[in-house]
Amino acid sequence: MNAIVTLSGVTKRYTRGKQTVEVLHGIDLEIAQGDFVALMGPSGSGKTTLLNLIGGLDQPSTGSVAVAGERIDTLSGSKLAKWRARHIGFVFQFYNLMPMLTAQRNVELPLLLTSLSAAQRKKNAEAALAVVGLADRSKHKPNELSGGQAQRVAIARALVADPTLLVCDEPTGDLDRNTADEILHLLQTLNREHGKTIVMVTHDPKAAEFASHQMHLDKGLLVGTTVAA
Amino acid sequence: MFKQTSAVVAMNLRAVPQRLGASSVIVVGIAGVVAVLVSVLAMATGFNQTVAKAGSPDRAIVLRGGSQAEINSGMGRDSVQTVLDSPGIRKDADGKPIGTGDMVTIVNLPKISDGSDSNVTLRGTGAKFTRLRPELRIVQGRMFEPAVRELIVGEAALKQFKGVTVGSRLNFRESDWTIVGVFSTGGDNHESELIGDVDTVQSAFRRTGFSSITVLLESPDSFEAFKDHLTTDPTLTVDAKREPEYYAEQSKQITTLLNFMAYFVGGIMAIGATFGALNTMYSAVSARGIEIATLRAIGFGAMPVVISIFVEALLLSLLGGIIGAALAWVFFNGNAVSTLGSNFSQVVFQLTVSPALVISGIVLACVIGSLGGLFPAIRAARLPIATALRAT
Repeated sequence: MNAIVTLSGVTKRYTRGKQTVEVLHGIDLEIAQGDFVALMGPSGSGKTTLLNLIGGLDQPSTGSVAVAGERIDTLSGSKLAKWRARHIGFVFQFYNLMPMLTAQRNVELPLLLTSLSAAQRKKNAEAALAVVGLADRSKHKPNELSGGQAQRVAIARALVADPTLLVCDEPTGDLDRNTADEILHLLQTLNREHGKTIVMVTHDPKAAEFASHQMHLDKGLLVGTTVAA
Repeated sequence: MFKQTSAVVAMNLRAVPQRLGASSVIVVGIAGVVAVLVSVLAMATGFNQTVAKAGSPDRAIVLRGGSQAEINSGMGRDSVQTVLDSPGIRKDADGKPIGTGDMVTIVNLPKISDGSDSNVTLRGTGAKFTRLRPELRIVQGRMFEPAVRELIVGEAALKQFKGVTVGSRLNFRESDWTIVGVFSTGGDNHESELIGDVDTVQSAFRRTGFSSITVLLESPDSFEAFKDHLTTDPTLTVDAKREPEYYAEQSKQITTLLNFMAYFVGGIMAIGATFGALNTMYSAVSARGIEIATLRAIGFGAMPVVISIFVEALLLSLLGGIIGAALAWVFFNGNAVSTLGSNFSQVVFQLTVSPALVISGIVLACVIGSLGGLFPAIRAARLPIATALRAT
């Protein structure tokens, strides 16, 4: 397997006051390039914590995290920020769009961290919006979009800088079934037709069915992996 | 870095209208601080300028030894003559020294604003007065005549006190005086006075002494010779000062008081405004916690986030500072007020909102904004991204 994500012996502990809580206990996992993985588990199982470690938003207490061959658990805060800009596209449950910016400006945000010209940024943002089927909504602000449209804009923002990995945290958690299915179909298309590697946290078994692999977490341990039929 | 910073700053500023209420707390609070500070300092500046204008480096004033002001000084006619015979005094065409012995007393006049009685300086002065003070111009009516109960009134006094227009008659010590002219001395504190012939004033007030002697020096450098002569003359017990030095001392107490008031009151208000700015910016950071965390997740550095919040606080404070200084300028600059001067009489002066005061006010606003923005900015940058994202 050509692993793009490799975790070895990863633990994560949080300290609250005098209490230390271990959320992840020695996780070992590999995710292959071009895979679409659904991380599943009950609340408090540590799936979002694990996703944050893979996405470089947090660092493990022990163990190593490597993405695209690079150890990210040893990077400083500023280097990790640059690394995220280059390698990770995030999709959040509540879209996390900037309310004062148009869809196109929102999508352009990651490109501000590149050396692209303003004209090229605009062009790429329009192309990303076209991929998610929202070319005609580029001038709309988030409050003028439906939930599904807003999440498509968020996906376009995650895609626009052509990241190594798409990291999605409950991307359909705020959507109705039909809209959720549309978003999941879009993610599946990005995975199958554009070769994007996707790691998605969900507690929805129907959403997980769109993934090629399902990894199950329980009480901070990886308890099993299933392959889609 | 610059591109990141300018993008985040622009986003922050675009979001300000959505937080108009909270943002206006900073603007209004700081505008209030700056308006109060600038207005009170404008008093000190105006008073200083008024008193300082009266001083010329080639004039010296002589008071009885130990006297702090003309009103509590007293010298005999022989002392006046001895002083005027001293070296270093410029001579007139007729070879006589240019100097006057003045008698200063206080009279009561009602204020135009509220009719309350105020102490006003009545100065009796000698024939060389106009040679001694070439800045004095009669702007209305004519100069008083010697040996007649006539007075001229300063422009500032005319604007502040009732019954001193040209042709008016005033009654002091059972004697009637006629206002025959209005004079200007370029805005100095003499413009708050009534001036008449010294012999006539002495006679009316049944006095024989003089309060001060003012002389025109041959040059500013002649002062030391003049002073040395006076202090070594055993028949004299006098203090001689250059006029600017004398007036600076006269204004010092009031200026110090006004400055204290300005900085004390302004300081307390500034502390309040700083906490207001802190609170507002903490609220802004809290309200935008998800946006900030999202930007940082995407890859924006902590520094652009810090700078953007700092810049927002600074710009809001700058706006407050400009509004405050503008309010002070519109409502107070040029307003004539009066206060009790060193002769226990009213000195009329104009509030002066100078460019230096405006700049000081705006600098203070920026300092408040910087303090108010810095800590929330650091907090926003330090909050772990994963924690901030979980606050959704």
